[in-house]
Amino acid sequence: MWLAPAAQVENKVIAFRLLPTFYKGSSLTSVVVSCIFGWTGIDRAALGVLGAGQRLSRDLAYKHVGLIVGPASDALIAEATKFSDSIAVADHPLLDSYHSETTLTALTEVCKQLNPKAVLLGNDTYCQELVPRLAHRLGGSAAGDALKLSGRNETVLVTRSVYGGKAQATIKLSRAPAILWVRARAQEPAQQQALTTDLTRLTLTLEPNTKIKLVDRQTEMQGTARLEDARVIVSGGRGLGGSEPFTQLRALAEIMGGQMAASRAACDAGWVPAEWQVGQTGKKVSPQLYLAIAISGASQHIMGIADAKTIAAINLDPDAPIFQHCQFGLVEDYRQVVGPLREKLIELLA
Amino acid sequence: MISPAKGLTHLMNILVCLKQILDPELPSRDFRIDAAGRDADRNTAGLVMNIFCANALETALQFREKHGGKITVITFGVPSAEEILRKALALRVDSAVLIRSDLSQRPNPWCIARVLAAAIRKLGDFDLVLTGRESGDWGDGQTGALLAEELGRPCVSLADELKADTVNTALVRIRRQTDQGWEALEASTPLVITVTNNEHNVPRIAKTRDVMQAFRQPLTTWSLAELGVDAQSISEDLACTEVVELAIPIKQTHCEWVTGETLDDRISLLAKRIATVVQSA
Ligand SMILES: Cc1cc2nc3c(=O)[nH]c(=O)nc-3n(C[C@H](O)[C@H](O)[C@H](O)COP(=O)(O)OP(=O)(O)OC[C@H]3O[C@@H](n4cnc5c(N)ncnc54)[C@H](O)[C@@H]3O)c2cc1C
Repeated sequence: MWLAPAAQVENKVIAFRLLPTFYKGSSLTSVVVSCIFGWTGIDRAALGVLGAGQRLSRDLAYKHVGLIVGPASDALIAEATKFSDSIAVADHPLLDSYHSETTLTALTEVCKQLNPKAVLLGNDTYCQELVPRLAHRLGGSAAGDALKLSGRNETVLVTRSVYGGKAQATIKLSRAPAILWVRARAQEPAQQQALTTDLTRLTLTLEPNTKIKLVDRQTEMQGTARLEDARVIVSGGRGLGGSEPFTQLRALAEIMGGQMAASRAACDAGWVPAEWQVGQTGKKVSPQLYLAIAISGASQHIMGIADAKTIAAINLDPDAPIFQHCQFGLVEDYRQVVGPLREKLIELLA
Repeated sequence: MISPAKGLTHLMNILVCLKQILDPELPSRDFRIDAAGRDADRNTAGLVMNIFCANALETALQFREKHGGKITVITFGVPSAEEILRKALALRVDSAVLIRSDLSQRPNPWCIARVLAAAIRKLGDFDLVLTGRESGDWGDGQTGALLAEELGRPCVSLADELKADTVNTALVRIRRQTDQGWEALEASTPLVITVTNNEHNVPRIAKTRDVMQAFRQPLTTWSLAELGVDAQSISEDLACTEVVELAIPIKQTHCEWVTGETLDDRISLLAKRIATVVQSA
């Protein structure tokens, strides 16, 4: 529900030179910045980041700025105005697509202008690589994979899994600004608030980076949907013994409208692409059903499925740790199960 | 040192940063928190080379085999960290450096990056500095990136393939993983690269003979004082993150076993349970 037409937004354009005065007018002087990237737009992950930003800024009684980095269409800006107290746009021809060094330079420049106490990013690989470097350039501190955030006495506290999910640490970031990447899809999505008309277009001076050149960029998605958005996931592990059984698993996934995933062991064996890996260093998924086949359930794997609604497993070993995380499980050789299971599901789901 | 492949005149000087960690294969049920409540109890399991560091080392070894070059490994840690350097020497790296930590607390990535950068300045220049993407203990995933900043160099993260350019010796070709696939990059050295796992960089196993030999090889050992790292900066680094709580999450899920007289019964029951979940989704 966007009321102000684009033209009206244009009227609010303020050069960044005016920014200090602009912020003086506000009773909230310190800011929390939530980063949205033009090349991703406002998806579930971005809503999670914005939601975390809303809550953290409320905790700290700071102003919440939604920062759009990269291509900022009117539609994107319009959407963003629903979730923060003000919007800052950092658009530039060199930011039309992601480049690590250029995006980092841009973010650094933007943050120097906005002077935030905290900056929040999502958990895609681009965000993950930006966070520590940005923190270093701003003389702050950093933390990643934040599950919970809270603000107390002007400092940010982050709760994250450590030791491959065997423990959970709460870490105080004593040096501002706190630059964080959050486990975006696990955050409550942002709530709509009064539309903001505070829009600042930041001017950036960027030069093309010649040190790192992008030669090719390929996606290896299974369809149009991201694994993180899948409602049903059938996942295979080392116990499958090869790449061929994954074809059977795919057939099983397909009849449930699901996607395929794998453990690190299966990816490392080269049976399936690395993009399918779920876990600490893979995707964090949250399907309604996660069916783990021949996966032992190492803590690092479980870290990726903590938000799955229902976990079920088929494994030969009744003592496999995966069963401690399952709602239901079958102790059996998968080779006896997958084919007939598919037949029965076709009937049941018809 | 391995002589250059045909056509290449410049030998890459590669540094691989390694970290020793508590064995991440330790089952959850055996994991304990130490008396101070701020770290894992180091007595519950063995210490190993962080897997992503091992992937980085493997990447460097393959690079040297193909294109020639020299590999130095380095670690900043307690005396026991010498073990992982010996492991690397057994894989025939050219030299190894141990920076002994005399800190009373666990160094965070900021501190580690500062110390490594100081050591790199002392060792001379490297074309490539490789680290693992993150470590299997605290998993901050920051050291490589912070090291790049300390050195003022570009950084490529999540690399899973590294090749020399056949024409321009100051260039490397990198494949790196992204969320949705991969990217091919061309990067100028000097450069910092963080390495992730894939099917091609599964760490090799040392030959017994090389393991024996590795124990006799010299090792450079430096203290922080010898590196000239300023104590004030170190304490500032250490103070920027503070663990205020460490707890073992309790997650109790009751697994209902799918049972039945015959295999067919069990599969039918499993199918019903799955269908119920899928239909409600
Ligand atoms: C820092 C770090 C990060 C990591 N990140 C990840 C990550 O992101 N994701 C991840 O998955 N792992 C990760 N790991 C690796 C993790 O620790 C485990 O090694 C890995 O998950 C094991 O994969 P798996 O369960 O497929 O293999 P295994 O542990 O070998 O389990 C195979 C299972 O298959 C069962 N099986 C065998 N044959 C059959 C059969 N015929 N029918 C049915 N069942 C059978 C066995 O009983 C066993 O339970 C990480 C490790 C480290 C150290």
